[in-house]
Amino acid sequence: MTTAVRSRRPAVSNPFASMDPRRRRIGVLVILAVLAVVYPVAFRALESTFPFIPWPGTAVLITCATFGILALGLNIVMGFAGLLDLGYVAFYAIGAYTTAFLASSHFGIHISWWIVVWIAVATAAIFGILLGAPTLKLRGDYLAIVTLGFGEIVRIVFRNLGDITLKLPDFLGGQMIIGPNANLTGGNVGINPIDPPTIPIGGPWGDQIVFSNQNAIFSWYLVLALMALTFLICVRLRDSKLGRAWMAIREDETAAAAMGINTVTTKLLAFSLGASFSGFAGAFTGAYNTAIFAETFNFNVSILVVVIIIFGGIGSLRGVVIGAFVVQYIDKTLLPFLGDNVVNGPLQSLGNATGIQLLTDFKLTTYNYLLFGILLAIMMIRRPEGLFPVESHKAELHGIGVAAEVTAGSADELAIAEEIAEDIVLADDVEDPRSAAEAALEADTPPSQIRDRDLPEDTR
Amino acid sequence: MTAAVAAQPQTADDLLVATGCTKRFGGLVAVHDIDFTIPRGGIVSLIGPNGAGKTTFFNMITGLYVPTEGSIKFDGQEITGSKPHEVVRIGIARTFQNIRLFGNMSAEENVLVGLHHRLKGRWFGAILRPPSIQREEADAHAQAMELLDLVGLKTRSQTLARNLPYGDQRRLEIARALATGPKLLLLDEPTAGMNPEETRRLTDFVRELRDRLGLTVLLIEHDMKVVMGISDRVTVLDHGEKIAEGSPAEVRADTRVIEAYLGRGAAEAG
Repeated sequence: MTTAVRSRRPAVSNPFASMDPRRRRIGVLVILAVLAVVYPVAFRALESTFPFIPWPGTAVLITCATFGILALGLNIVMGFAGLLDLGYVAFYAIGAYTTAFLASSHFGIHISWWIVVWIAVATAAIFGILLGAPTLKLRGDYLAIVTLGFGEIVRIVFRNLGDITLKLPDFLGGQMIIGPNANLTGGNVGINPIDPPTIPIGGPWGDQIVFSNQNAIFSWYLVLALMALTFLICVRLRDSKLGRAWMAIREDETAAAAMGINTVTTKLLAFSLGASFSGFAGAFTGAYNTAIFAETFNFNVSILVVVIIIFGGIGSLRGVVIGAFVVQYIDKTLLPFLGDNVVNGPLQSLGNATGIQLLTDFKLTTYNYLLFGILLAIMMIRRPEGLFPVESHKAELHGIGVAAEVTAGSADELAIAEEIAEDIVLADDVEDPRSAAEAALEADTPPSQIRDRDLPEDTR
Repeated sequence: MTAAVAAQPQTADDLLVATGCTKRFGGLVAVHDIDFTIPRGGIVSLIGPNGAGKTTFFNMITGLYVPTEGSIKFDGQEITGSKPHEVVRIGIARTFQNIRLFGNMSAEENVLVGLHHRLKGRWFGAILRPPSIQREEADAHAQAMELLDLVGLKTRSQTLARNLPYGDQRRLEIARALATGPKLLLLDEPTAGMNPEETRRLTDFVRELRDRLGLTVLLIEHDMKVVMGISDRVTVLDHGEKIAEGSPAEVRADTRVIEAYLGRGAAEAG
């Protein structure tokens, strides 16, 4: 990954080092795929053999992959196009509710999930445009505020449409349009049950495969396939004319327009394509849980996806996927494990001994967002480009040459993280050896030489 | 190269005609009632002291500003009030006074962005990537490399734009502008901050663009040696007004120009 890591680690430690990048990539992908397929089957055995290791359950992995899809989608909006979106959960909710409306007893419509999912994607994309259109002129903080509001509005609308009465005013005749007290969205109770995806293939598991939380292993395979599809689409978008246009807008919107890019349609495409992946994830989640509740689509979800993106490395496809798995693993497995086995007990007894209420009730998992906040703050200070950054962001945030330095304090964690980064090379690996070598050369340019030529023209 | 930049018939007509252009910012008149033409295939310079309205005028041509009054016609087509990306599509490309490259993209990617509007692919094409899109992408990459070669940056194609030396950034900006396939190239102080050798090379390069590719060039420049050496015609702005126009020799002898640059005393002494 970095020149620093290259030089610090002996070559023998990486069995893939001698292979050419493409074969290496395929090799790593195959290994990951095999692990992904085998792990849930071996999970029980692993857990009982090594109980002191916090193994993630299959349900946790499913959440990881779902957030992987969300992170990849938000990465299009934030990472590629540079538009700060804090209401991303809205499209997740829209995707899930679309699925619930069209595949449940709520309205008595039972369309196959395999069709509904595309309707959910399209609906989310349309709402992406509806949100994008009025916010096109906004940048940065202002865009964040509007999107944040949108996210909350969608959640509240879904909650409140569980009990709606819509009547013409009396001077127009006073006819009832909707209601009285119509239940469109299930309100607080939500919609339950939703038809899960099924494939009519018989086997030892019955006459069909059902992808619901009753059947976590198959659901894991499904969501993994959805995530892989999302990943592939993101890679192709990034390497296309459209991906370059997004990045140009992120870098300099005025210059992008002056190069013939229609910034309006390009930004709307970012919003709608980003939203469509969120709808994709929503359609899966709704059907997998076979139930949805408006309150689960709260602001925290939006923030968590932003945390994942920043943690993993904004703009880096591989980074945000790994970020999703790491953050969700910490949240769903590691914190409960540490809480139950290490932290909660002693702190609670300390609380009982001292009479401090805060400690008596201590549960590590209730502090998860506090911990993510701290994590984010540390990341911002120590490694703002994320754990698995895009090369260019690292250069930007650390300046030329500084990228090679790793601060002593966090060196251990980073060494581990970078080791993983070095080994897990998915298909989005951007750097070919030539450009990596070139970047290294760049880093070696004496600063004095750069400083002299980098002055803005008016200061000469 | 010829594939990347549209070939021009060499005729004597005017490529750009601006009539009575005025731009006000609140009470400030940045550009006042300017008539201005650029002959096809010519190199025309716009000079004037700082704050004379040169860049404002540039921005009106390229659609960043809408003129408060007046109209601009390009190649017989009304472009007043057109959006920047529409102006590019009919053949006007520009560089910026303070370099505005896409810093975190490679030199090649910068040029590819310039090619953007000439590629036909849509978003679904990007996802499905049929053979036609693959071909288009391959062609675009080849064309980008050709353009980089033209400005002497072929070996640095994978370097991030922000890491390029200053002179290379200027040249990359020109390559990016050429990628849009312009008929008219607007260069805003292209030699600013360059040493005499770099300046000479760039001047030769601009002349070559005109001679070989039939481009029309509008130049904002402070370096009088460049302006006098390269221009067919020079227009002088001061305080938003056109104060002189003519061949380099004529402009150099004009008392109002000397006054604008050096003050009244100098004009009288001269």
